[in-house]
Amino acid sequence: MILQAKNLRVEFRTRRGTLVAVDDVSFSVARGEVLGVVGESGAGKSLTGLAIMGLLEPPGRLAAGEVWLEGQRIDRLPQAALRAIRGRRIGVVFQDPLGSLNPLFTIGGQLEETIRTHLGLAGKELRQRALALLAEVGIPAPQARFHHYPHQFSGGMRQRVVIALALAAEPILLIADEPTTALDVSMQAQIIALIKRVARERGAAVMLITHDMGVIAETADRVAVMYAGRIVEIGAVRDVLHAPRHPYTAGLMASIPRIAAGAGRSRLAQIEGAMPRLDAIPRGCPFHPRCPKRFERCLSSRPELMPAEEGQAACWLHASAIAQR
Amino acid sequence: MRAPLLSVEAVSRDFDVSRPWLDRMLEGEGRRLLRAVDGVTLEVRRGETLALVGESGCGKSTIARLMVGLDAPSGGRIEFRGQRRQMIFQSPYASLNPRWRVRDIVAEPIRVLRLARTAEVDGRVAQLLAQVGLAAEDGERYPHEFSGGQRQRISIARALSGEPDLLVCDEPTSALDVSVQAQILNLMADLQSRLALTYVFISHNLAVVSQIADRVGVMYLGRLVELAPAGELFSRPRHPYTRMLLEAVPQIERTGEPRTPVAGEVPNPLAPPPGCSFHPRCAHADERCRRERPELIGAVACHAVQEGRISFAR
Repeated sequence: MILQAKNLRVEFRTRRGTLVAVDDVSFSVARGEVLGVVGESGAGKSLTGLAIMGLLEPPGRLAAGEVWLEGQRIDRLPQAALRAIRGRRIGVVFQDPLGSLNPLFTIGGQLEETIRTHLGLAGKELRQRALALLAEVGIPAPQARFHHYPHQFSGGMRQRVVIALALAAEPILLIADEPTTALDVSMQAQIIALIKRVARERGAAVMLITHDMGVIAETADRVAVMYAGRIVEIGAVRDVLHAPRHPYTAGLMASIPRIAAGAGRSRLAQIEGAMPRLDAIPRGCPFHPRCPKRFERCLSSRPELMPAEEGQAACWLHASAIAQR
Repeated sequence: MRAPLLSVEAVSRDFDVSRPWLDRMLEGEGRRLLRAVDGVTLEVRRGETLALVGESGCGKSTIARLMVGLDAPSGGRIEFRGQRRQMIFQSPYASLNPRWRVRDIVAEPIRVLRLARTAEVDGRVAQLLAQVGLAAEDGERYPHEFSGGQRQRISIARALSGEPDLLVCDEPTSALDVSVQAQILNLMADLQSRLALTYVFISHNLAVVSQIADRVGVMYLGRLVELAPAGELFSRPRHPYTRMLLEAVPQIERTGEPRTPVAGEVPNPLAPPPGCSFHPRCAHADERCRRERPELIGAVACHAVQEGRISFAR
């Protein structure tokens, strides 16, 4: 396993008490694998990513849990050591490519600096490496584009540059947080293809955080569905998306509009209500007030992830199946 | 047949994006115009939902503003044969005044347009809030106390309070989570059938559009490239750009399947290509496409389709 997250808990200390934004989250990502982390706003998916990278900002903090990268525990490392790991072994891609690029330097300069810092290359070798990276992420005419500034690129091209930067030090783990959300569909498809290629050809582990089930469907090998700070279901992408085991996943899948040729206008299935606020997470299963399948046990006792067919789901519906075994 | 509610005839809209006067004088530059909408002709029929789709910069939001009367066209004509038009905006955060109580936000159009007597306003507001699934007590609260989906309900209540014939909705669910989006789309469909509303629905999301639209217009670089009934457009897309867009939508049904990603991107609208503006990205482009601009004939503006060079074996 390249990445192992064990029992992560992210807390925010506020005047009104401690809010738990990520609660007992565990998962792992293997070499060459794309793990999708999906959920709606406030589910805790981005915070989980930030916790792994050590980028949580106060008052948020990792209150419990462990992060292991290739057998090394990294969550207790001092900031300087962690910063070295972040550029070198963990590549990061955020939603807004402009925020990740320095507007005052050419993209070639930024790329060369990153490669020099992490790989120690210089001169001709350095330039060749930078150009090869730009070509790999699909920047047309990299020679000509090398001396351009970020503002001279379109949104999709900027995101490619950011991915080139993230890959510059040949990281073993790529964490991409909503990398396609700010892009048009045609660009989105190209970035998805690029991320898949990174996992397949470079053998990197990819953690892909997104709210878009379509992106997950096309990119991820496995998927973790988050709700109110917890993973409610995790498994192979085909199983989770096409035969969801948790009622929340099922509701979410049913509420996604699809292009149904010739079917015409139709009503979408909807989940009533909204995700609870962090200061008002219900007792028992956090999803129970919205769940069409709730029963008594759900109101009082909180389900942990338990085996459900091939995957795992945090839902009491699957407890009986276990007892019978 | 009754006249359409809204007619848009050969409408264009230019924006002046010139650099400041002094810079232009020093460097001998002329004015620069960006043509955001370029010769669009279409009509909106009473009681229908007409969706306009396209990628960023295709002019769909500009035409929304023209249709509702927030901007005036630079060329062409827009004729509205109803009483009132209202708009629902994308951001439920920026479009509500944070200092006003919800009841005042919803009551404003009623007061401004004098649609009810002062004594009746409160009752009308309560009724509107109920229509969008909010409680009468919610009227006493401020926008920040609501979630994104609830705020969009407030925006809808405000738009309805003006008793519009036409509602122009610019990406009304793009800022919302999918489960909330489903709630809002269903609400809009319910309100339409109950109140006989006419919608113009602007969106970049083809799946959302296929869910809600009767007819769909596809825009590219300010032009309308295809306009067809929704069922037809989604089952038998004709314009190469429409096909490309449909191909690019990530689909849950296609888990793990490889596919050919779309090549290229939208050109700079300040210097659109000559002829058909899609020709640099089009596999069917020939000499005529590079030279001559295709008009919207039938449902589609494409030389290759009109000459029968594209087959529709599906």
